[in-house]
Amino acid sequence: MTNPSADDARPATAGRASAPDSDQPPQAQEAQEAQETQPVQAPAVRDQAGGRDANGSDGSQPLLHLAGIGKNFGPVRALSDITLDIPAGQVTAIVGDNGAGKSTLIKTISGIWHQDHGEIIWEGRPAHLHTPKDATDLGIATVYQDLALCDNLDIVQNMFLGQEPVRHWQLDEITMEKTAVQTLADLSVVTVRSVRQPVGSLSGGQRQAVAVAKAVMRQAKLVILDEPTAALGVTQTRVVLDLIRRLKSQNIAVIVISHNLIDVMSVADRIAVLRLGRLAAVGPKSQFDAESIVDLMTTGTSKRLAAQQAELSDPAAQPSGSSSEH
Amino acid sequence: MSTEVEEPPSEAAEADELATEAALAAPDVIADSLGEYTKIWLARVRNGDSGFLPVLLGLVVIVIYFQVRNSLFLSAGNLVNLMTQAAWIVLLGMAEVWVLLLGEIDLSIGYTSAIGATFTCWLLVPPNPWPWPIAVLVGLAVPAIFGGLEGVIITRLRLPSFVVTLAGQLLALGLLLEVMNWAAPGSGGTIRLYNNVLSDIEGGAMSPLAGWIVMAVSVALAGTVFVVRDRRRRASNLAAPPASVTALKIVLMAIAGVVVVLIGNTNRGVAVAVRGVPWVVPLILVIVVAYSFLLGRTRSGRYFYAIGGNAEAARRAGINLSRIRVAAFVLAGLTAGIMGIVYASYLGSVSTNVPGGQNVLLAVAAAVIGGVSLFGGRGKMLGAVLGGVVVAVIYNGLELLGLGAAPQYMWTAAVLLAAVIVDATARRGRSTV
Repeated sequence: MTNPSADDARPATAGRASAPDSDQPPQAQEAQEAQETQPVQAPAVRDQAGGRDANGSDGSQPLLHLAGIGKNFGPVRALSDITLDIPAGQVTAIVGDNGAGKSTLIKTISGIWHQDHGEIIWEGRPAHLHTPKDATDLGIATVYQDLALCDNLDIVQNMFLGQEPVRHWQLDEITMEKTAVQTLADLSVVTVRSVRQPVGSLSGGQRQAVAVAKAVMRQAKLVILDEPTAALGVTQTRVVLDLIRRLKSQNIAVIVISHNLIDVMSVADRIAVLRLGRLAAVGPKSQFDAESIVDLMTTGTSKRLAAQQAELSDPAAQPSGSSSEH
Repeated sequence: MSTEVEEPPSEAAEADELATEAALAAPDVIADSLGEYTKIWLARVRNGDSGFLPVLLGLVVIVIYFQVRNSLFLSAGNLVNLMTQAAWIVLLGMAEVWVLLLGEIDLSIGYTSAIGATFTCWLLVPPNPWPWPIAVLVGLAVPAIFGGLEGVIITRLRLPSFVVTLAGQLLALGLLLEVMNWAAPGSGGTIRLYNNVLSDIEGGAMSPLAGWIVMAVSVALAGTVFVVRDRRRRASNLAAPPASVTALKIVLMAIAGVVVVLIGNTNRGVAVAVRGVPWVVPLILVIVVAYSFLLGRTRSGRYFYAIGGNAEAARRAGINLSRIRVAAFVLAGLTAGIMGIVYASYLGSVSTNVPGGQNVLLAVAAAVIGGVSLFGGRGKMLGAVLGGVVVAVIYNGLELLGLGAAPQYMWTAAVLLAAVIVDATARRGRSTV
């Protein structure tokens, strides 16, 4: 495995620079203008140029590195120049308003759509994700908001759906059930009374837990959770947040997409803010507070954050700095 | 203060949740004793997920009614008659289960079964009959292929199965007339079944001793499977049903077997002694066991339930939906082929007058009465057997009372409606969780 040097990440910058501005839809141009006029931006590319991350990972090779990812739908630029590290054993929250490109980004990572620009670097090597299976084979598991569970099947049957072990021409129920019980225990999912109860009888948090356990059981190294707490009550949300912490403690990288800033602040290690298809800011959680995130989500900038950063003496420790391009 | 106010309801909600969970989980795996098993089972029944209970209760009520009205109803002769009547409804019901599990329906099998049986009977016409196994294979293959073509059209063009198989029904009726015209011109649309082996399916009976042996071996085999399975689970430290529950199941199974064999072995002849369980009973037993194994113990079988439950989830799990869907229509056609031959055996001939449209609706009724959901994903092959028996009991009983077609239809309608209401309420009960 080769570690991509800082220079390897450069072409992404070039690609971004060469994208003609005239092609951009009004939204993107607006974002561009905002970028030009505001002091705080998220030139994540700079992090690589700096030789080590400035956005919160510990400096070793990240599990997943997105280099200048861009995605267009016809004339609409859904994503442009997303450069982001997803380190193992950390929870990266991706926040943004509706239409910010969160879903497009995770769908690109999980192989549903292939990016138009940029590269996905998985464990130091370029990955080509053309189908969801490509992503699954690498160890990227995505738990969508609808969870994709069969209510009429029990927990074990759901967890092994499509991957059932067979022994003597029969489903190997004993192996399946033991593995399922073990996986749930590893995730500290203790509230489920029996793994043989139909998923339709579970609470929202338990269903989420089953969906996550299903992903983890397949040796996922990166688990992407799309709005995991959106439909849950307080107790159930706590269950899911505990589950995310448990994943992290198993050195699994977690990406959480969420609207809920309270949840994000409580569970994330790193936060990436998307706005209008661009990365507005990225950095360790300590660099943000709920207010600055809202500012970034809505305007793409945060005066509070800028003021905070001005106080920091070490420029390398900044989550973001002024754009290197303008 | 606010926490004090908030906590109790949330705790209550959690307790309620636990109760719901317990109620919906299979009692086999969370009960430790017979008493607890009964308690959980009752909770499940209250929750609307009552398994075979409503159909069994309904059956008992209907049987009592007919017995009170006519004491001949529970005579050995009539009950054996009932078995042969139920057999073809049960088989067509099982054919329908394959597609109903996916949330689809097949309206064509009433006539495709007759096409298959026409080929079988035609190949067996003297003076140069084909070997009967080959005739049977042809009779099974024709409806299976017909079903497969319907399945391909439904999956490829993404059309509703209701419409495609309705077209299939009309096409099959046309083909039936055409085939009959070509195979037996001038016969008035009827071919006799000349083969004795096939006639004996409905017309012949096992010897009394053979009946006992088959019953004893079946119960012993099933009991061994239950016990071995429980033991394996316990050896792997997994929850297994309490031994008393398993024992009770085996005893009930043995009682049912003994009753069927006793009925069959009672002399039902008037002038000469006629004894024995009709051959169709072990035939259906074998088919039910084979189909249940396929559905319950194999990957493909599990995918039937997965697709019926949530097709999108199944697709994301990498399951080939089209393959399973086409397979369902092929299996429905194949089972209809078996039914066609049994029906020909029952009537002694195959005819273009077969009420194929009505039979297929009876089959759907049998499956739904037996707890197979019209919405897909729920139901067992055994349900089609119980539902088919209910339908047969209604027809047999009303005939015995000398009532005509009108009350037969209306009774079946009432029972079917009741079954659909149970199905829909159970479904609603689950979706509110």
